[in-house]
Amino acid sequence: MNIRQVAALARLELTDEEAGRYEEQVGQILHYVEQLNAIDVTGIEPTAHAGALFDVVREDVATGGGLTREEALSNAPMVAQDQFRLPKVVE
Amino acid sequence: MNPATLSITGLRAAYATGDLTPAEVLTSLAAEIDSRDPAIGGYLSHDLALALADAKSVDLSKPLGGVPIAIKDLINVKGHPCSCASKILHGKYTSPYDATVIRKLREAGAIPFGRTNMDEFAMGSSNENSGIQPCRNPHDPERIPGGSSGGSAAVVAAHTAIAALGTDTGGSIRQPASHCGIVGLKPTYGRVSRYGLVAFASSLDQCGPMTKTVADAAAMLEAMSGVCDRDSTCLDAPVPRYTEEIGKEIKGLRIGLPAEYFATGLDPAMRERVETAVKTLESLGAEIVPVSLPNTAHAVATYYIIATAEASSNLARFDGVRYGHRAQADDLIGMYGKTRDEGFGEEVKRRIILGTYVLSSGYYDAYYLRAQKVRTLIRRDFEQAFEQVDLIASPVSPVPPFKLGEKHSDPLAMYLADIYTISANLAGICGISVPCGTVTVEGKELPVGLQLLGKPFGEAELIRAAHAYEVSRG
Repeated sequence: MNIRQVAALARLELTDEEAGRYEEQVGQILHYVEQLNAIDVTGIEPTAHAGALFDVVREDVATGGGLTREEALSNAPMVAQDQFRLPKVVE
Repeated sequence: MNPATLSITGLRAAYATGDLTPAEVLTSLAAEIDSRDPAIGGYLSHDLALALADAKSVDLSKPLGGVPIAIKDLINVKGHPCSCASKILHGKYTSPYDATVIRKLREAGAIPFGRTNMDEFAMGSSNENSGIQPCRNPHDPERIPGGSSGGSAAVVAAHTAIAALGTDTGGSIRQPASHCGIVGLKPTYGRVSRYGLVAFASSLDQCGPMTKTVADAAAMLEAMSGVCDRDSTCLDAPVPRYTEEIGKEIKGLRIGLPAEYFATGLDPAMRERVETAVKTLESLGAEIVPVSLPNTAHAVATYYIIATAEASSNLARFDGVRYGHRAQADDLIGMYGKTRDEGFGEEVKRRIILGTYVLSSGYYDAYYLRAQKVRTLIRRDFEQAFEQVDLIASPVSPVPPFKLGEKHSDPLAMYLADIYTISANLAGICGISVPCGTVTVEGKELPVGLQLLGKPFGEAELIRAAHAYEVSRG
């Protein structure tokens, strides 16, 4: 496993010490889960979740989501002009 | 009378006779928490003023009228903090809405009071992964209360709460209930709405009651269950009167004993307590039948692929944009990475890395898809067993609660102790932990739980059998 590559995918900026430790520990866990390779799963359908599979539909009308704009922004680390404010994206 | 020692049933009786008022109960609970919780660490916060305001409009004629319920700190309650015991949210997030389960409990008259400690984002089995403070077992403060709903179990056991809410993704209600000597019920997947719970693994998570008695668990479950238009996985199945199961006989009920759950690795003294409990069920007229769950050995591996994969996706929302901690950085990508590295604790980062890896291009089929197929096999084991029996009986944990710090350096060893609880989540069935005695470890009496597992939407049988056992146990 390329720990730096995986951490980048997960948007985790790790220190060198963390990267080394996680690489070793996650490697051990992956070694353990490799026992599943010995199981014959030919023709077995995957289970995505255990509930009954069904579609849930409702009338196509706006329900408002339940939060006001003020409530939706109330926990934001930075707000500007009633919007979430971010560090600069475009140079 | 110290109201904190009461069960829900006992408290309701005291309200009925006029011996107590909700305001008196809340005030007295707050005093108990202030004086006794610091030694346990079960609460992350509590707000007496907010609860007293709720108490003013409470209807005592409702099923849970005036009952304070401690809430695991990953369930949203409007106006309360919700930190998931993580530095990424602690002190930086106030819920703008009620989870459906909170709305339903409020409709039944309950009052949310206190936020309980937990493993960060529910990732752990000992509560040692709390990013805020350690939590201790009231039966021996040197030992863990279990996890991830360790705080909820500890405060109910310590009588600094009447009852609590927990969540169970791989045993997080049942295992701490077992370690702390209380009742903990994990409902069937789809029985209780997940709307407003901070998601860990969406195909496994369920919210359930953690209580002093089986009757209390039945009362809470009855109020919490039912369809929700904000959770499409919450099924529109009728909600039985679970409280009417209390006191029913279990004559003729068939209870399966899976050989795989009484195998190597199970502490001999705990095995003896569970076997004695099974004999008690037999003496009440239950028929004990040997069953087999042959894929049990693969459950831990399957679980830690599926749960971490789902977690890596769910936790992507903590990016420093809409809520919680934000690290200072010059550009957006740097802000994401630094925020998440600073905000998440060690176990959470480890699981995000594992989950991201098993979902990544080139590895998805080998790990995630294969685990989903093995999950089907585990589900089938239970389907076949439930053709022969109504319930399955087993231990909850293979070992008694260990000392804080004892296993913390070995994540895999910690995962392996979840062997008896995680299959129920993979199969989506319901389960309960009921106290069945104690074992003596280094001079301390440590609780042991009996686990009963039921068919999908078989909570009624679960409650009936658990209550019959509880009464007969004495």
